[in-house]
Amino acid sequence: MTASANWNEGGLKLTGGQLFEPGKGLISNPGLLVRNGRIEAVGEQAQAAESAATLDAAGQVIAPGFIDLCCNLREPGNGQKGNIASETRAAAHGGFTTVCASPETSPVNDSGAVTNLILDSVASRGVVRVLPIGAITRGLDGDMLSDMAGLKAAGCVAVGNGSRGVRNARILRRCMAYAQTFGLTVMFSPENTALAADGYAHDGQVTTRLGLLGIPEVAETAAVMEMLLLAEETGVRLHLSQLSCARSVEMLAQARDRGVKVTADVAMHQLAFTESALAGFDSRFHVRPPLRGEADRQALVAGVRDGVIDAIVSQHQPHDSAAKQAPLPATEPGLSSIESVLSLGLELVQNHELELPDLLRALTAGPAAVLGREVALTAGAAADLCLFDPDGHWQPSAATLLSAGRHAPVLERALPGEVKLTLVAGRTAWQAPGTPL
Amino acid sequence: MTANDPSPNHLQLTRDGQLRHFLTLDGLGQPLLTDILDTADSFIEVGERSIKKVPLLRGRTVVNLFFESSTRTRSTFELAAKRLSADVLNLDISTSATSKGESLSDTLLNLEAMASDMFVVRHSQSGAPHFIAESVTPGVAIINAGDGRHAHPTQAMLDMLTIRQHKGRFEGLKVAIVGDVLHSRVARSQIRALNVLGAEEVRVIAPGTLLPRDVEDLGCTVEYDMARGMKDLDVVIMLRLQKERMEGALLPSEREFYRLYGLNQEKLGLAKPDCIVMHPGPINRGVEIESAVADGPQSVILNQVTNGIAIRMAVMSMAMGGQMAERQQRQQEGRA
Repeated sequence: MTASANWNEGGLKLTGGQLFEPGKGLISNPGLLVRNGRIEAVGEQAQAAESAATLDAAGQVIAPGFIDLCCNLREPGNGQKGNIASETRAAAHGGFTTVCASPETSPVNDSGAVTNLILDSVASRGVVRVLPIGAITRGLDGDMLSDMAGLKAAGCVAVGNGSRGVRNARILRRCMAYAQTFGLTVMFSPENTALAADGYAHDGQVTTRLGLLGIPEVAETAAVMEMLLLAEETGVRLHLSQLSCARSVEMLAQARDRGVKVTADVAMHQLAFTESALAGFDSRFHVRPPLRGEADRQALVAGVRDGVIDAIVSQHQPHDSAAKQAPLPATEPGLSSIESVLSLGLELVQNHELELPDLLRALTAGPAAVLGREVALTAGAAADLCLFDPDGHWQPSAATLLSAGRHAPVLERALPGEVKLTLVAGRTAWQAPGTPL
Repeated sequence: MTANDPSPNHLQLTRDGQLRHFLTLDGLGQPLLTDILDTADSFIEVGERSIKKVPLLRGRTVVNLFFESSTRTRSTFELAAKRLSADVLNLDISTSATSKGESLSDTLLNLEAMASDMFVVRHSQSGAPHFIAESVTPGVAIINAGDGRHAHPTQAMLDMLTIRQHKGRFEGLKVAIVGDVLHSRVARSQIRALNVLGAEEVRVIAPGTLLPRDVEDLGCTVEYDMARGMKDLDVVIMLRLQKERMEGALLPSEREFYRLYGLNQEKLGLAKPDCIVMHPGPINRGVEIESAVADGPQSVILNQVTNGIAIRMAVMSMAMGGQMAERQQRQQEGRA
């Protein structure tokens, strides 16, 4: 593996295979030349150009690099769970070229100083682009405003609450009004903390049978409704993160029809699994929001298909093994998921639940639009791209996973979709063993 | 999507269907439950002898690991193990290792290293015995002595033994479980056992705040009104009400609960005349049950305690048998 290969001088030509162009869908690859950090040419011009290397992408898909709106890199402060070097390599392995870093670090990213610390570390050890999300309240304690202007100046692209709540609606309303002042998007995972209480699993059949403490759906839907109303009133751009309920999707669609500036994402594991994954007390599937019922899963998939949900996220949460080695209620929530997102999505495509262009849109143009950006595989665009073999297989295991967290959602069987090459600004961030380059 | 097997039989049964851990009644069928009851019946006689011992677990080490305190359950497990001639170690973990910061896994691995053969585990977290059997010490037989709100399978089986002694059968029986079903591991295991053994109807009687969501899916009907719920009953099982339930706005007061759901002579009169009264203990007199009923002729509460020893002897000897058979098999496979 040549993790540092740089195609910016000699150039790399990609021929054959299919190209995912967000505006057009999947088209036959007319030839694509990468040089100087950008896509230098597409089509005949690219075919005719001289380049140091050529990769035949027959049978493969070339897509803009995936963008993850919700990822935990665990740095600073949680080195036992992961760090910027390990988790950005994992991201590249998953086909991601840009990840938004959750503010839930230690210390919390609630000031420009912490943002600078993160970005300095990314500059020296990261292999993909990292866009920090600032904390919406100081220390994510839900009480006092964070230095939002300072966060924005230091490079934060939005402010959010990580996985924590805000004390009350009055504070939330002020957070939104303050964020709106600076044009910052508010990214919120909706959960009414009083209704969620001590729960850690979907309040449904499985919790009833296993005697687990449930989080009722209304803990999410009541929060979604409150946030939509507050966003409408304050005029802030709201992004709802990690939806888990059918009703949330319904309310989201209605709010959009009313003209509320709201976007949303869903974690891939919410599209692939349900509460039944917990049936054997499998602590890997202790996630928050919890995995819910089959009807919810289907509604979330439909939300992605219809474009009501803009983006699919990894909600990557690497942990050390001790955090998951305990009775389920005592474990920490989260999956080490970023390397399996594409594969789980391709399984949905195989099962005819999603079309491949819908999946790829929700991993590229969808999240880019949430960040106010555009992605395209056209001349002049940044050479952030990923090349994958939809029919190739790989098996997640301690030997193949690059994340420090080994609790991937699937470990015991092979998954479709092998990422062959990930380029960030024309540099190789991931190259599968055996890729002829 | 994963279609995980909802029953942990791959964990608690050997390849030929013998018990090797006893974690939950989920997944266990009528023949095995009947086998446990029959085995317990044969141990009842041991308790009536002047020398109350059989050598089935001689030379084996049983560790009672109580991460949550309990007097009755621990005492009956201890007596059961001693009557089977095992060496018994009682550990009250809530005041020892884990309070020094040692993790659950480390505590158990240390005990396993002392050549323990069986752990009897009581824990406040649902799934703890399952976790231990699956991930920590699979070679030690694990007996669930109550985990969180999940299961209390030996309590449910001693209740079944008590019902069978008094009614002779399960077919055609109407059984009600009254009170705090939401927090009750006992109720979950009882509902399962009664369904598997063929009871005609299992009713839960409680206000909506003390019932888990979709409780009917467990195999029971719901009745909010106790007078209606008592009709035609053969067995009524009262659950203990914890005083904390008033604080979380689950109930207004003990007084109102007792008025609506407490068992007194008048309400018991609505059931069949030979209806038996059960309670897993310890009872709150005047909160869920009137003294006259608890001490009355229809009460079998103390029989339950006596049966507890026989059931625990049965489960411990059966699980040890399965575990030993498997060890031998592994050794043979190792040699071959």
